[in-house]
Order: sequence, then structure tokens, then C-alpha cells
Amino acid sequence: MTLFDAQAVRAEFPILQQQVNGHPLVYLDNAATTQKPESVIEAIADYYRFDNSNVHRGAHALSDRATEKFEGARNKVAAFINAESSAQVLWTRGTTEGVNLAAASWGRAHLKAGDRVLVSAMEHHSNIVPWQMIAESCGAQVEPIPVDDLGVIDLDALDALLDERVKMVSVGHVSNALGSINPVDEIIAKAHAVGAKVLLDAAQSIAHWSLDVQQLDCDFLVFSAHKMFGPTGMGVLYGKRELLDSMPPYQGGGEMIESVSFAGTVYNKLPYKFEAGTPNIAGAIGMGAAVDFIQGLDRQAADAHEKQLLQSAELALNNLGGFRLVGCSPNKVAVMSFVADFAHPQDIGMILDQQGIAVRTGNHCAQPIMDQYGLPGTVRASFSLYNTQADIEALMQGLEKAKMFLA
Amino acid sequence: MGQGVTEFGVEVTSDDIIDTLGFFDGWEDRYKYIIDLGKELPPLAEEHKTEANLVRGCQSQVWLISEARDGRLFFYADSDAFIVKGLLAVVLAAYNGKTPAEVSAFDIDAYFAELNLLNHLSSTRGNGLKAMVQKIQAIAAQ
Repeated sequence: MTLFDAQAVRAEFPILQQQVNGHPLVYLDNAATTQKPESVIEAIADYYRFDNSNVHRGAHALSDRATEKFEGARNKVAAFINAESSAQVLWTRGTTEGVNLAAASWGRAHLKAGDRVLVSAMEHHSNIVPWQMIAESCGAQVEPIPVDDLGVIDLDALDALLDERVKMVSVGHVSNALGSINPVDEIIAKAHAVGAKVLLDAAQSIAHWSLDVQQLDCDFLVFSAHKMFGPTGMGVLYGKRELLDSMPPYQGGGEMIESVSFAGTVYNKLPYKFEAGTPNIAGAIGMGAAVDFIQGLDRQAADAHEKQLLQSAELALNNLGGFRLVGCSPNKVAVMSFVADFAHPQDIGMILDQQGIAVRTGNHCAQPIMDQYGLPGTVRASFSLYNTQADIEALMQGLEKAKMFLA
Repeated sequence: MGQGVTEFGVEVTSDDIIDTLGFFDGWEDRYKYIIDLGKELPPLAEEHKTEANLVRGCQSQVWLISEARDGRLFFYADSDAFIVKGLLAVVLAAYNGKTPAEVSAFDIDAYFAELNLLNHLSSTRGNGLKAMVQKIQAIAAQ
């Protein structure tokens, strides 16, 4: 395996070349959003500069070009996740809208009173609340799959929870709060064994490895462009064709219809049935460029680089003393969630910010697991492939200073 | 209330804080001073740290109670985070012991801007400080 050249990749990200509060920016909030390479920024700018037009309906050259790029991006994303067809790749505003679309539309067609939906206890609120909303409207129940002190899903408990009343198991591939990589192959197999469908939230995994929806055999897959070096306000819901065909439209409007009359409206075919209104054309093109960027990387080497960063950061944090890791699954992405025994996570975050170091503090929109751990929140340093050993050294110096101030 | 009268607003005024913070050059001295202010702010008794007195912020929690004496308002606040607690002291220095009309007339944004702390009052910080200021202003408007 070749060595990953993080410095070379880093040079492609203009935002990382700046000073913040008089210090070189150390960006360690990649689980919240990743930065964008020049190629993505250019693709979006070029679209507005040269091709901006509405898609699918113009009888002119610009519209043809915009449509070609827009649908070309869909084809790229479909190939990226190995979808059976581009028609099964629905554009959304992001992971949250993807879960909401699946919960509202699939749920309306398939959930009824007495049915059960399982989510893990460490899900992001985005993968809890949409299910609670549809469950409340039809009399179904949403129940947590227990997670242990290390941040590992309890598969025995899942076995005990699964029965024929479970219609959906909706889980994150990777926990945003703890970084745990969940055993999704086993979860999907177990869910399918009782006839339940599986929605996989890949928001936190899509930037790290190649995903193959056919190999995973998930029924739905959701993710966001902005966590994989693409623009905000853009995401994807992939679904198996028979499920998408069985679901009613999510929103009504232009694009999603075949014909409209007051006698009755006929809906458009996939994927347009679920894409009411003028879409985020620039967002789709930017997402396509992000896929190109990722495809151009040696992903195995990038993964090894990130793992090495995590190992190094966790070791250094333990050596500092006064800090405790939260989430110690043996299988983790490069997310280091921790607390200090001398101060609130927010204090740590504020002192780091003064030193140009960006981390996330708080409950990470995962209150149930924070409550289970009895924590007000954590400090989360999340690494991406453009981070380097120098970023970890800056973080450790920043934490030393926080200790000096607050302990 | 079971709380001692806080020195903030009475012995330490907003002008004192402007003077002291203006004296420091680097962020380190400024933040040390703010953290020290927080340590001087008397903690709220546990009995007051109730859901009803909680000013909700996304990250840290802030509790606030108030009383009126002789036509003047007195506020008592606490937080589970040190820096936020220091910022509460900065706020109370401006508001404590003032009449409701004085509280309403005080330009808190200008004060925080002068202290170069305005970013902490922004809603993006989610630290409950802005929510506390809004609650104080609502109490004064009653």
C-alpha cells in the first residue's frame, strides 16, 4: 500500500490555508462538515458562470447543458454507491431530508398500529424524530436498540427485540457522537430474517470508505454531500426499486407529475416522483464533483492515514491526563469524543477556538446516548484525510492550555 | 431568595469591567479574567437550579432567578460551564441593582462589542447567554 500524501491533498482545500484568531486554522470538525476542494468549488462556480438554467424543460442550449450535468452527477453518484440504476438515486437536501422522506412516504404506505421501528440508542436525532413523527400518526412504536458503555450496539439485545412486528430497523453506519462503526452487515441480515426493512444512515461513513448498496443489501441508504467534500443542502436517498415504486410522493409540485387535471393527477416516474420543484442543480453538480474528487484518491491509503491520526491523537490525549475518551468501540472512524474532569466541554471548545482550533462541543444531536452516559456533552475532534500530525500536536498544545486555564 | 447580594452591578460595575478588560492585550489574560469573574459569582443554591429557572442553551446550561427590591432588579445566575459563568458575571455587572427602565435602556450589544465579546452573544454560540439577556429584558419590561 502506498503512503498517503496528506499535505498534497490539503493544498487542494483553499479554506485550510487561513489564519483564525491569529493562528493557522486547525480544522477538526469534519464530522459536522468537511471542507471543499478547489474542484468542487470550481464546478459549482462554473455552473452558475456558464450553464445556469432550469433542468428538464428548457428548449435551449443552456438547459440542455444544465440537464446533462445534473443527470450526469446522478449517474456518478449511482455508480459511486453501485446502485442498480440512477432512477433509484433521489436527490434530497441532505441526510435529514432523506430519513424524513423515507419515514413519511414509506411509513405512510407500510406502517400501521402495533408495528415497531427500531433505531439504535446512539442515533442522531435525525434518525429518531422522523420515525417518531410517522409512528405517532399511525400508532406504531419507535424503540431503541441498546448500546453499551463502549459505544457498541448490543446484537444480542437486537435479537431479543426483533420479531415479525418490527417493520423497519434504521441505524447509522457510524455514530456521529462516538465514531463507532456499527456491524451493519449483521444488523441487515438479522432485520431481513424477520421481514423488516433497513435504512442505513451513511452520513458519517460515506467520506471514509466505498459503499456498495447491492452488497450491503440495505433497503434505503441516506447521506449528505457536505460530509463528503461536497456542498451543503444536497444529499441522496437511495432505495430499492420495489420500495420506491410502492411509496406515495413526498411533496407535490412541478417535476413530480406526469399530468395534472382536476379529475386526477398522474405522478411522474422514478426518481422524479420524489423531486418536486426546481432542484438544487448546483448542489447536484457539486456533489458529482465531490464524487470525482473521492474517486481520484487512494481510499485505502486515506483510510489508513485517518486511522493512524486517530491512534496518535488518542494516545496523546491519554498522556495529557485529565481527559477521558467517550466511545471506545474497538471499531471506530477517526472521531475522538472526550470530556475533561476539570471543565465543561464548552469551556474547552472556547479555549481551543481562541487558538484557531475548530472542534465541536455539545451533545452532537444525540441526546439519548449522552443521557445514558450521564454527560452534558463531549468535545469532539473529528479528523479527515487532509489533517496531519501537526494538527494533532496543535490540538494537544491547545488542550494543555485549556488545562492550565481551567483546571 | 437565600442568596447573598452579588457584588456584580453593585461593587463591580459594567464600567469596571470595560476598564479591566480594556487593559489586557492578549486573549489569554482576558479569558483568565473572565474565568475569575465566574469564580467570584456566588453559585446558585441547588434548590434554584430547577427546570423553571433554566435558560436553555444547546451546549451549556444557565439558570436565572430575579427579585425586585425598592424598585430595583437583582439577578442571580449560574452555569455549568466556567467561561459562560464568567460571561454571566459580565452581564450581571451591567444589570444588577438597576431600575427596570435602566435595564431596558442599557445597550447590551454595544457593551459586549466594547468588550470584544460580541461573538458570545450571537445566537450561533448556543450558550444560553443571549437567551438569558432576553429573559432579563423581558423581566424588566413586565
